[in-house]
Amino acid sequence: MSEPSYPEDLRYHPEHDWARIDGGEATLGITWYAQDALGEVVFYDGPEVGAEVSKDQPYAEVESVKAVSDVIAPLSGEVIAVNESLADAPEAVNADPYETGWMVKIRLSEPSEVDSLLDSASYAASLE
Amino acid sequence: MSSATLTETPQQAERAETIYEKSVPGRRAAQLPPSGVGETPIEELIPAGLLRETPAELPEVSEPEIIRHYNRLSRRNFDLDTGFYPLGSCTMKYNPRLNERVAALPGNARLHPAAEPEDAQGALELMYLLQESLGEICGLPHVSLQPSAGSQGELAGLLLTRAYHADRGRNPRKVLTPDTAHGTNPASVTMAGYEVVKVATNEDGGVDIDDLRSKVDEDVACLMLTNPNTLGVFDSNIVEIAGLVHDAGGLLYYDGANLNAIMGQARPGDMGFDIVHVNLHKSFSQPHGGGGPGAGPIAVSDRVEPFIPRPQVVRVADGEGGWKYDLDEDRPKSIGRMRGFQGNFGVFVRSYAYILSLGGDGLSEASRLAVLNANYLKQRLSEGRAGKYLPVGFDRHCMHEFVLSGAPMKKQLGIRTLDLAKRLLDFGFHPPTVYFPLLVDEALMVEPVETESKEVLDSFADAIEKILEEAERDPAIATEAPYTTPVRRLDEVAASRNPVIRQPKPE
Repeated sequence: MSEPSYPEDLRYHPEHDWARIDGGEATLGITWYAQDALGEVVFYDGPEVGAEVSKDQPYAEVESVKAVSDVIAPLSGEVIAVNESLADAPEAVNADPYETGWMVKIRLSEPSEVDSLLDSASYAASLE
Repeated sequence: MSSATLTETPQQAERAETIYEKSVPGRRAAQLPPSGVGETPIEELIPAGLLRETPAELPEVSEPEIIRHYNRLSRRNFDLDTGFYPLGSCTMKYNPRLNERVAALPGNARLHPAAEPEDAQGALELMYLLQESLGEICGLPHVSLQPSAGSQGELAGLLLTRAYHADRGRNPRKVLTPDTAHGTNPASVTMAGYEVVKVATNEDGGVDIDDLRSKVDEDVACLMLTNPNTLGVFDSNIVEIAGLVHDAGGLLYYDGANLNAIMGQARPGDMGFDIVHVNLHKSFSQPHGGGGPGAGPIAVSDRVEPFIPRPQVVRVADGEGGWKYDLDEDRPKSIGRMRGFQGNFGVFVRSYAYILSLGGDGLSEASRLAVLNANYLKQRLSEGRAGKYLPVGFDRHCMHEFVLSGAPMKKQLGIRTLDLAKRLLDFGFHPPTVYFPLLVDEALMVEPVETESKEVLDSFADAIEKILEEAERDPAIATEAPYTTPVRRLDEVAASRNPVIRQPKPE
């Protein structure tokens, strides 16, 4: 994915993370901007199923040829699924950050936190 | 000049062979005469469990092959003796040949590391005097030469921090580092068993005092700071910062990576720091890069002194009205040894030769010129295309280095900072540090050092202008660079994902 893209059905955290809300659950990942700034991702180190993640706190690490960076949780909850394929193919984070490059799925512990996230237009505006 | 005509790299016709591929069974570089003394079977000298069952597979080559092999490799290298090397935060200054002459004197070069102190008085005296000099430069009186790299100096400093607090019955768990810190700082903190807490940077490029205030509490063991920091900015709030940390019972650690900016101008001890490490291989002209031996001595305040590594080089009365030098092992509160033997002695010799040949005034002039060179080059790069595509990250007077952002270049020209860095190689320059510090997008961190002339700085600025002008016409010239190096663009992604760190055995 070479052009910036911020799907309208997602919610965004200022630390360049997205969340796809589905009832009391959410799928998390990093945005097009984040993967572009990182460059090609060579390693992904994420949490295991059952781990707790807290809003605004790191829950995973991505390593590119430039740097190792924390991935910040946009919402709080318990990890109920992880993207196992990223261990062998972390390049999916660059190729398709919103679909095959997803990182974890969580069960929300504080659903009201969703209200504090940005919509696509506000997030894109914050990048200008 | 179009990119198509540049893609051939003549040197690539000859792939570099490893020394193992040159090996021929039975070939020797030296024929040793029969031993003049009786031989003792190795089995009698070394326990059976430590002996190899099969001989080590060492390369078997003749002396001319060895000489040619390593000379050829050295010509494929880029080093300070080849060209300008403005690698930010690395202080790649010229290595005076005088230092090499002194280090090569047989009394220095051939000293056995296991020599008894009474047989190594000259070496111990040099180490003692180097300790005294570094203590004076840092404004902290007690120096240990044991840590052998900046990173090991950091680890030693954190172990000292732990010992200092434990001696007071305390066990704070957090160490603060600014978000501009060198990557080794958080790594050392973690290795020492502490928790890293990051402190934000204010709009001037210094420590955000309000953020610091909100994070300093009794659980803070230490604040690690580089001043000037990796943005090349001197934090003039340092006395207030030191007060905040000290009032909460914490120590202040000075990362000496950027000492070249302030040598002879200001002393970390006077700013309130308790522990400093000094990179002799940066500020004091020991050759480095490519893993050459370094040294990261630490200087500490009186209250930290009881804990410094042992043995310590000391001067004691010889009972005849003079002095003698010794290794003091009797330090009950010491954190212990940081390494075997007494350190990289050749580094001590070169650094002490450097300090003596420049003198106090010379060291202070060196740091002034380092700052002048950085500000001159920053000004040159604020003009023309560089000023348009590569703005300064934090625009104020810098110290010994400055950081540019390649973000506009990436957006408007379609070339990244990495591409610019690779193209600089074709102009005969080592690229600056790239993608660090992380808080500047597409960062390019330039440290020109004091030993470069105005002509060199001008030619570097001209090369950047030329590369940007090329990119306006054809971005591929930069994105496919370099063209003239022994190998072309390396596949960094493949190297990270599938590193080949062992040469396969030749068939």
